[in-house]
Amino acid sequence: MSLRIVVCVKYVPDATGDRHFADDLTVDRDDVDGLLSELDEYAVEQALQIADEADDAEITVLTVGGEDAKDALRKALSMGADKAVHVEDDDLHGSDVMATSLVLAKAVEKTGYDLVICGMASTDGTMAVLPAILAERLNIPQVTLLSEVKVEDGTVTGRRDGDSASEQLQASLPALVSVTDQSGEARYPSFKGIMAAKKKPVESLDLEDLELEAGEVGLAGSWTQVDSATQRPARTAGTIVKDEGEGGKQLAEYLASQKFI
Amino acid sequence: MAEVLVYVDHVDGAVRKPTLELLTLARRLGDPVALALGAGAENTAGVLAEHGAVKVLTSDAPEYADFLVVPKVDALQAAHELVSPVAVLVPSSAEGKEIAARLAVRIESGIITDAVDLEAGTEGPVATQAAFAASFTTKSRITKGTPVITVKPNSAPVEAAPAAGAVEALAVSFSDTATGTKVLSRTPRESTGRPELTEAAIVVSGGRGVNGAENFAIIEALADSLGAAVGASRAAVDAGWYPHSNQVGQTGKSVSPQLYIANGISGAIQHRAGMQTSKTIVAVNKDAEAPIFDLVDYGIVGDLFQVVPQLTDEVNTRKG
Ligand SMILES: Cc1cc2nc3c(=O)[nH]c(=O)nc-3n(C[C@H](O)[C@H](O)[C@H](O)COP(=O)(O)OP(=O)(O)OC[C@H]3O[C@@H](n4cnc5c(N)ncnc54)[C@H](O)[C@@H]3O)c2cc1C
Ligand SMILES: Cc1cc2nc3c(=O)[nH]c(=O)nc-3n(C[C@H](O)[C@H](O)[C@H](O)COP(=O)(O)OP(=O)(O)OC[C@H]3O[C@@H](n4cnc5c(N)ncnc54)[C@H](O)[C@@H]3O)c2cc1C
Repeated sequence: MSLRIVVCVKYVPDATGDRHFADDLTVDRDDVDGLLSELDEYAVEQALQIADEADDAEITVLTVGGEDAKDALRKALSMGADKAVHVEDDDLHGSDVMATSLVLAKAVEKTGYDLVICGMASTDGTMAVLPAILAERLNIPQVTLLSEVKVEDGTVTGRRDGDSASEQLQASLPALVSVTDQSGEARYPSFKGIMAAKKKPVESLDLEDLELEAGEVGLAGSWTQVDSATQRPARTAGTIVKDEGEGGKQLAEYLASQKFI
Repeated sequence: MAEVLVYVDHVDGAVRKPTLELLTLARRLGDPVALALGAGAENTAGVLAEHGAVKVLTSDAPEYADFLVVPKVDALQAAHELVSPVAVLVPSSAEGKEIAARLAVRIESGIITDAVDLEAGTEGPVATQAAFAASFTTKSRITKGTPVITVKPNSAPVEAAPAAGAVEALAVSFSDTATGTKVLSRTPRESTGRPELTEAAIVVSGGRGVNGAENFAIIEALADSLGAAVGASRAAVDAGWYPHSNQVGQTGKSVSPQLYIANGISGAIQHRAGMQTSKTIVAVNKDAEAPIFDLVDYGIVGDLFQVVPQLTDEVNTRKG
């Protein structure tokens, strides 16, 4: 029986660009180039490795995002995923994590799944809670923040390196997994992969397809509200000293003047 | 007065500092009611009372250790039903965030993560967050349900504020999903004797410039002279020079100490994401053009193998 894997991937503004907020205090996505969240590449990679080990597996990559978010799906397809689902609707603008997760849950259910794989965090919102929320919504076990993952005989096992301990975890499928950037370097798309991706199916879904109302998502359906966003003032230029042999002593003097010693 | 539910992070009854900071913030919103789970839960009551907990709810069961996250969500939900708080505050650890997240879904509430400050507002608590590698500061509120907010370590002072801290056993019935994810084994991390990275007042970090695992001894010696925690960049971690648990940055720990000293670290955006909110930033780097110098209060352009040992000696001498 085929193993159905759905990988949730996010299209995010490039962290090396000048990221900022728009007038309505949502992320300005027009002014900065976007890309597949680098941490989601690790999720795609693990999906590919799990599929390689399985007798028969199919990988669907799923994103909720604007028109440009198709780029993230193409990247994941060129890495080797089989097909893509793009949830796009004007009413999604400004969705918080509760609204986003609601849409993802509906889309995952509609697609059909045995295993859902997420990245550990997006590189823009960086909340790192969407996977747990999605598992709660889907009512399936979460096996999250894994640095190693294996799927065998209907169970998923993995290693979670936490603050105080390293844990070995196990759950039966269907389950949701999130992987860290310790799980293994993501592959680069090959030329063949890039060409093949152009022919792979990308299904577009809107709110109606998911039986959701406009008021349940977007700014209207969000349960959080941003009241202000201000750019941190650039740090005032610090003192920079070239070491002429006494640099360590000068630094000690500075630390003493600031009462750190 | 309104009650505020505070989730307690503790190890066998020893309460970790971020929870005491939460109590300071909770008192701005109402009377803190603490929830402590698992082995040693009752032993947390003394210190929680000293820091303002009017009540300490406790529950111990094997489920908390044997299964991932969900049993703790069941307990937090039971406490939420009992107390009807005006907010739920949880420390921003990886597990804390997941517990808070699932609770928020169940009680149909909005969630804010990684707050760095919290104040009472006319329409509920207002949280300050640092966005885009701390280049922006936002203020946000929750508009539906009971605000669920996770707070980063070092976001508030620890203040004594004695309160009753009456211990009460909480009745918890576990959900069907509680046993979904088994913890097959747990290997505790060895303690280094140094302060916890996220809680430390001073962090001394090393990057690719440290050039080898053995050279981290130089970084450790400086850290020990200052009573600091040791951090590392991802480049140093990926090279196998230092454990991943010490990585500072987007995919490592986010730290906000009084003093951060970066040695042989260039200051890539993903590293900055984890340390940019440090109060005072110092860097030693041989490249005067390194982006880290844009952030520093004091920087030395020089070879860390010269500067760092000299600094360590000087600190040790001054301490006498
Ligand atoms: C600076 C900033 C601060 C924010 N603060 C809050 C807040 O406090 N509360 C709140 O409710 N919302 C907040 N949001 C909105 C929130 O980030 C989005 O709703 C988001 O889609 C979910 O959270 P995340 O991106 O942080 O995901 P994380 O929880 O960090 O993401 C983990 C994984 O979830 C998956 N994923 C996340 N989003 C998508 C998507 N759109 N499509 C497919 N897969 C996805 C990916 O696999 C990703 O690796 C914030 C957004 C920004 C940019
Ligand atoms: C998705 C993603 C997540 C990431 N997460 C993290 C993260 O959590 N944390 C993190 O740190 N990085 C992270 N990175 C990596 C980040 O982009 C950088 O590659 C990394 O921070 C570089 O580490 P570095 O500064 O030690 O090394 P380099 O950038 O190579 O800098 C080394 C510096 O050392 C200096 N130097 C060399 N020799 C000496 C000497 N003898 N004396 C003094 N100075 C010397 C050099 O001048 C240079 O500035 C992430 C990247 C991605 C894509």
